[in-house]
Parts: sequence; structure tokens; C-alpha cells
Amino acid sequence: MTTPLSVIADLVPHGSRVLDLGCGDGRMLAHLRDTRGCTGLGVEIDPEKLIAAAGKGVDVLQYDLEQGLSMFGDRSFDVVLQIDSLPNIRHTENALRETARVGRLGILSFANFAHWSIRLQILTGRLPVTPELPYEWYNTPNLRVATYADFERLAAHCGLRVVDAFGVRNGRRISFAPGLLASEAVFCVQGV
Amino acid sequence: MSASPSALGDVTPQRMAFEQPLPLQSGAQLPPYELMFETYGTLNAERSNAVLVCHALNASHHAAGTHAGDPKSVGWWDNLIGPGKPLDTRRFFVLCVNNPGSCFGSTGPMSLDPATGQPWGSRFPVVTVEDWVDAQARLLDRLGIARLAAVIGGSLGGMQALSWTLRHPERVAHCAAIATAPSLSAQNIAFNEVARRAIITDPDFHGGDFYAHGVVPKQGLAVARMIGHITYLSDDAMGAKFGRALRNGVLGYGFGVDFEIESYLRYQGDKFSGYFDANAYLLITRALDYFDPARASGGDLAQGLAAARARFLLVSFTTDWRFSPQRSREIVQALVTNRRAVTYAEVDAPQGHDAFLMDHPHYHGVVRAWFDRIAQELEAQENAGPPQVFLPPSGGGLGEAQTWGQS
Repeated sequence: MTTPLSVIADLVPHGSRVLDLGCGDGRMLAHLRDTRGCTGLGVEIDPEKLIAAAGKGVDVLQYDLEQGLSMFGDRSFDVVLQIDSLPNIRHTENALRETARVGRLGILSFANFAHWSIRLQILTGRLPVTPELPYEWYNTPNLRVATYADFERLAAHCGLRVVDAFGVRNGRRISFAPGLLASEAVFCVQGV
Repeated sequence: MSASPSALGDVTPQRMAFEQPLPLQSGAQLPPYELMFETYGTLNAERSNAVLVCHALNASHHAAGTHAGDPKSVGWWDNLIGPGKPLDTRRFFVLCVNNPGSCFGSTGPMSLDPATGQPWGSRFPVVTVEDWVDAQARLLDRLGIARLAAVIGGSLGGMQALSWTLRHPERVAHCAAIATAPSLSAQNIAFNEVARRAIITDPDFHGGDFYAHGVVPKQGLAVARMIGHITYLSDDAMGAKFGRALRNGVLGYGFGVDFEIESYLRYQGDKFSGYFDANAYLLITRALDYFDPARASGGDLAQGLAAARARFLLVSFTTDWRFSPQRSREIVQALVTNRRAVTYAEVDAPQGHDAFLMDHPHYHGVVRAWFDRIAQELEAQENAGPPQVFLPPSGGGLGEAQTWGQS
């Protein structure tokens, strides 16, 4: 199970202007609009997903995130979301810095590669296949994987303040030993 | 039963006369004039489902359907407009107006100047994108359409759609600008100037008053069209279609038609010069050159688009070098800076600028989804009770609409 919409949505203040990077079919933006009165914009490179988003009345720009976020002004969004999109981006560090520049708050989630089940699978000598990382090593779209602890270090390296961080297990927020027990990690960061 | 190849079947152009002169950006005015237009679908009781289609350089009011008795007369955007099409005429009332200065029945340089009784020719006033938008707005007034559900156009039509959101922001709910640009680049203007020089230097041009001489500057117009046509196609598309194929299989060692591409361009040029007016070509390319909503703000496009209130759809095509994706991204960025709602699709299509006239699944998929959403919102408004009433800014109403087709 990947992180439910509501777990992320709960972190987004009502009425926020939201930029969703790698927004897919726009379901998160539609959810935020319908339940929290948010306005927003998605960025997505896949044309089929763009069409699906347009059908939901969600505005999406067809851009390659690798081109950066230079078209967006500093602090031009209340919240910038990167839900499972960070591992697909080549220039991770730059993407994270840009997220914190464009948004007053950045919310990122990704599969926690230090989850105990992954650790166990690696002990068998094979790379893991899990509900959050459902790919074989040879066909995954992810360029990289990260752990809860790794992200904490990267955020610090980028000079970002972590205002909230927790793990997700079985669709629920957990705070105890997230590095080991969480299948997904969620971080809320701010530029300093 | 009609043998029309269009899902819309046969359509009938209409004509509307305007007594009130049209003030122009140049400071001049267009004396009483007429506009040709076509409509598809039915205007709903609330008059809220109208979609205006703006045509590009060489197109007309005949955007969809066929004209009776001519199965070849399929409208230029028939693959987009019609029952079940992305712009669905079962839900929307679609209309397209031939702009003044063009040559398909609306008042233009071929029309008679009431002051002289002679064709306007060289004396026809220079018209701009803004003038066209104002002319279209007056026509909507007369039809009793105070507010458009959407305005859509490609290329020069996209500029008109964009201009609508600036000149009449309260009258446009949605704007789809396809394969367009916020202004022409120097290279674009350069192509236009070559085309104009080809026409103007044709000995049969007679300073624009060739009608009295019983001739047409066909050579110049054909060359103008050949230049334009090259810029509408991508290098790849031209290469794929023609390559270096020879017309007769052997080199002629002269300057006749050796290559297939030469034959094609000549054919296109000759065909065009047989139906298009040379003065209209000059006027319309000039309107393209002049359009620049950022001009008044010193090149700041975000400021230039600040008046817009519509929700936008921008579409560009990867191989379009005449109106490249970069130019659409400029518009997108300006709108995002202004916090306007905008969807942007960058369609991977091989045909170059002409792709906006093609049926591409991704392109039409986005347009369809975007209009479906508008239709859903309209239906929700209808079900929610009495709609908000917007009064036309001047005159209008059913009474005057009865006078369509007079003259």
C-alpha cells in the first residue's frame, strides 16, 4: 500500500495554492480542491496522465521536471508536493532545493528502502520487490532509492529545515522507528 | 440524406451587416461592413454554451461541415468540431467568423468602398488582431451572446483567442490557444516580409489596385504561399513525404521542376493564388506582425496578460518551428506568474506547425477532456437553477438576431 491521499492532504493547509510535481492523473490536486478548497497546478510529462487530469478539471503543465522549476517564482506556491517523484529525478539535490525555493512548504514522500521487509529481501541476495517498489531491478523507473535516514541527511545537506517527518505503514502515520518500520517516508521541509 | 463526408453534414454560411463603423487600432475606422460566419450546434436557453472559433491566416468562417453539393468542401477544423468530436456540437454552440480584411465574403480589400464605389484595394485600412476581436464581439452582441463558454484558435487564431481574454476578460470563461505565440519573432516577421515583397513587386500588383486592371498578382502570391508553406511543415515531415525524390526520375540540368518538393510547392502556390486575395495576404500578415500584448508593458508578458481572467489551455507541437513550444511556454509562464489557471500540452507530433490541423490522439485527447469539463460545468450550472445573467454591453438581443442574412 502506498501512502493514502488523506495522509498527505492532512498536511496541506486549507485554501493553499499547491504545485504538485509529477502529479500523475491529478487525483491529489482534485482531492485537495474538493476537500480542502485548494487551488493548484500539476506538472506531469506523461500525455495520457495529462488527459486524465484535464478530465478532472485539474490544471497540469506538460513539462519535464529535469528542466527544473525556473519558470516558477520564489515562494510562488504555498505548498509544493513531490509524491513518489523524487526517486525518478536525475538531479535530486537540485530538485529538492528548487522545491524549497518555489514553495513555502515542501512535502515529499518516497518508499523507504530501509523498511525491514526490504532488508530481509536483500539478505536473500535479491533486490526487493514490494508494494511501494513493485518493479524488478531491470525495469524500475526509479533512478535511485533512498531511506528515511538518507533523506534526513540530504535535507540537512541542502540547508533545509525539516518541520515534520514521519513514516507510513499500512496507510497510517507512524512515528516509532520509522526507519525500520515505515514502508513510506514523508517529509515536510522549508527553505531557511 | 446528405453525402457529406462531415459528421456535421451541410452547413449554411450567414451574413450580417453592421451599420456602425468599427473603430480600428490605427485610429482609422471601417465604415459600414459585413461579416460572414457559420454556426454549428444549438445555443441553449441560457445562451451560455457558445464557443467562438478564430481562424488563421488563410482560413475562413467555414470551420466545419460541408457546403451543399460539394463533398470536397469540408471545413478546415472539421476533425475537431462536430457531433461527438472534441468540440462537441451536441453540447456547444460553435461559431466562426470570417475576419474583416480577409477574402471569404466579409468586407475586405476586394469589397467596394462605399465612398468611391470602387474596390477598396490599397485603401483598405490596416486591421489588427484586436480589431478582429472587436468585430467578433459586436457580432456576438447581435446574437445575444454576452459571455463565451470558450474561445479557441490555432496559430493566428490563437492570438485572437488570447486577445479576447485581454480586451473582453468578462466575456470569456475559457481560452484555448493552440500552436500560437505571444508575438512573432524577428524570423517570423522576416518570412512575412519576404512574402509581402513577392506580392508587392509583382508587376500585376499595381500598388494594390490590380482589380481595375483585370489582373491578379498571381506569381507574387504563389511565391508568398510557397514560403509560408515551407514554414508550416517540419524538416522531417517534408523529408519523409518528398525526400530527394525526382519528378521524372532524372535530373533535368535546368531550372524546371526536378524534385517532387518543387512540384508540390508550385502546385500549392498556384492553387492558393487562384482563390486568395493578394491584398488580404498583406493585411493579414501585417496583423500577425503587429500582435504583441507585451508591447505596452515594455516586453513584460505577465504584465501584458494581467487583464486575463479566463481558464486557459495552451497546446504546442514539438516539431513546430514557426510557433515553437518555447513561445507557448512564454505564455504559460506569464499566466502562471499571474496565478491564472492554465493547462499546457506539448504534443509530440511530426508535422510541424500544421499539426494543429491534424487529428492527433494526444492533442485531441486533451482538447476533448478540457471541453468535456466545460460542458459538465455548464450542465451543473443549468441544474443549479437560474443562471447568472450577463447583459451584452450594447444593444443585442433576439430582435436584431432576426436580421441575419440581410443584404
